[in-house]
Amino acid sequence: MKKTLLASAALAALMITTGAQAAEKTKFDFWFGLSGDLEKRVQEVCARFNASQNDYEVVCTSQGNYDAALQNTIAAFRAGKQPTVVQVYDVGTATMMLSDAFVPAYELMEKNGYKIDWKDYIGGIAGYYASSKGQMFSFPFNSSTPLLYWNKTAFEKIGKTAAPKTWEEAHADAEALKKAGYECPIAINVSQNESWQLLEQFSAIHGEPVASKNNGYDGLDAELVFNKTKFVKYIKDLKAWYDAGLVKIKSKDQGQDMVQAFAAGDCQMIMTSVGDHGTVGRTAKEDLSWDVAMLPVYEGTERKNSLVGGASLWTLKGKSPAEYKAAAAFLAFVAEPESALFWSTVTGYVPVTESGFAYMKSHGFYDKAPYKGREVAIASLTATPPTPLTRGLRLGGFTQIRAEVGNGLQEIFSGKSDVQTAIDGMVTRGNAILRRFEATYKGKTLP
Amino acid sequence: MEKRATFGHWWIGIAFAIPQIILIFTFFYWPAGQAVYWSMTLQQPWGGGNIWVGLDNFRQILTDPLYWNSVVRSFVFALFSTLLAMGIGLVLAVFVDRELAGSKVYRVVMIWPYGIAAPALALAFRFMLAPEAGLLAFVNRLWPGLWDPGLDGTDAMIAVIVAFSWKYVGYNFVFFLSALQGIPKSLTEAAALDGAGWIRRLRDIQLPMLTPTVFFLLVIDITESFQDSFGIVDIMTSGGPARATELMVYKIYFDGFRGLDYSGAAAQSIILMILIVALTVLQFRFIERRVHYK
Repeated sequence: MKKTLLASAALAALMITTGAQAAEKTKFDFWFGLSGDLEKRVQEVCARFNASQNDYEVVCTSQGNYDAALQNTIAAFRAGKQPTVVQVYDVGTATMMLSDAFVPAYELMEKNGYKIDWKDYIGGIAGYYASSKGQMFSFPFNSSTPLLYWNKTAFEKIGKTAAPKTWEEAHADAEALKKAGYECPIAINVSQNESWQLLEQFSAIHGEPVASKNNGYDGLDAELVFNKTKFVKYIKDLKAWYDAGLVKIKSKDQGQDMVQAFAAGDCQMIMTSVGDHGTVGRTAKEDLSWDVAMLPVYEGTERKNSLVGGASLWTLKGKSPAEYKAAAAFLAFVAEPESALFWSTVTGYVPVTESGFAYMKSHGFYDKAPYKGREVAIASLTATPPTPLTRGLRLGGFTQIRAEVGNGLQEIFSGKSDVQTAIDGMVTRGNAILRRFEATYKGKTLP
Repeated sequence: MEKRATFGHWWIGIAFAIPQIILIFTFFYWPAGQAVYWSMTLQQPWGGGNIWVGLDNFRQILTDPLYWNSVVRSFVFALFSTLLAMGIGLVLAVFVDRELAGSKVYRVVMIWPYGIAAPALALAFRFMLAPEAGLLAFVNRLWPGLWDPGLDGTDAMIAVIVAFSWKYVGYNFVFFLSALQGIPKSLTEAAALDGAGWIRRLRDIQLPMLTPTVFFLLVIDITESFQDSFGIVDIMTSGGPARATELMVYKIYFDGFRGLDYSGAAAQSIILMILIVALTVLQFRFIERRVHYK
């Protein structure tokens, strides 16, 4: 409290002394979708930028959530009142790329005289926001990837000191934990967007496609194919383990979601974003000894890099050169290693560049609790250089496809239909969404 | 002698009506017309252009068996939530009308739920109805697995119906109470003198005199249950599990605002609009006959 007071007093003093120049500052808008604690963190980034120089001022406004940020920006854009910079979540990337409403990141920086080393961006992150030719269209901002969170105390009881590396091992561990009296060896959730961990990330690290045409990167006529990949076996296994009591479903609807269940020590393994690392650390019950590891793969699989989740920063068309100059300065500021250290310290997100990661390592960020373990996320994102199937997903209507996957998973785990039928259903209905998207953008191609 | 107020010029009347017409035009006819146009095109969300597809959007929606499931579910939702909200509202209004202890307080308090925003209400109900931690957790302690709106579709539907009805009980209550108090006391008093008990008076005097209110509330409740339910569904169940609570209006919201499929959502809202208009016409045609206005 005192600190923030001091900081704001300092800021106020700064504003008074720079009052003369303040009139000439170029102001621009930045809309974002984070709320609650993360909203404050973004505002801190904005305040740091505004305090760092005298030429530009960013006005940051939270729109409440990712969906609202995108909808409100679209409405504003159609009315010609769009912000200069907007945060768009990962699944909105395909829509953005076809929108014809943005200035590509590489073009913006080039025109305003910034030399960004695009190769510095961590492969698994860059691929998601780059065109098929490899040019970056937006700046990765808050980035995460899923990890396996495991309870060390429980694993000690079954004589293990490391997390399972394969699903075969995880299965054996779950059975041992069950025998040792643990009610909920593995917790999953199927109520929201868990397609992210269960389908998208699983497929990436196993090198399996989610859709044809290299997951949609090579054309809008891509079709979903995950009803014929290892994903089917994976869900069959999860369902069998669920029936055997090794896997429990933990969702908000039931009163305790999986992160809470893990932090309370009720469940021993969960798969969730590195972004939850801080939450688990803060809310874990006192004697909980836990760690994170990369998601398991099936035996005989060569592990590939996992995909980035989160959101990126897009610059929109229709603004003045002065505003673009200001936006470029802001984006360059956000990309600095010092900003990465600040951002990753106050949130659970990972640095997006190699240099940011190196800078954080050299500052000892990963050496001690509560940040120790988060380097596993970078290891997961960089497990291999991105392959055509692990750059990301470039599929239209992906919010709806995720909902179809969620519905299918709910059918499976409530016993309403068998695994293959339900997954075939997800694919059929998902393909209808893709065809609709393709028809909407008839004659356009992905950049 | 002519006593009617007359206007010297033909345009004065129109001039008085214009503000209203402009309002209705801007906030109803224009957006509705826009929705009809959008429903026959494929709109790019960012305004990059659109493609005329005629009735393709409607064909696609109406040939989807899952869409018809959501229509059926919407009717189930409308039926039960209307019954529940009106039934409880009426019972409470009768109690207050009979000036039972505390009725003055209830008269003021009962309308409050109607003023609560749907997401806040849904959040509260989600906590209360959570099977592991909520108020209903004791049910699961007695019969494990009996109540699980997270995976059981029927339970989830019950949960959203209860939450929605709770909001509308107060609304119905206010109308019922004012109607009950509008019934001349002389009628009920005369019946009481003739030895009719309160149930008898309710059945033979008050209920028949309430029919205009019942009819009004029926139309309003059914219409609202088709339109006003998406906030509750969104927070409580997101349409799940496995589409069990995917009502028509929630699908519109999800496809349009989250999925950015503006054309599909526009077509669905046209279908919903036609359905509500048809329902209201039906109600006026068949139920209103049984309403006694005097």
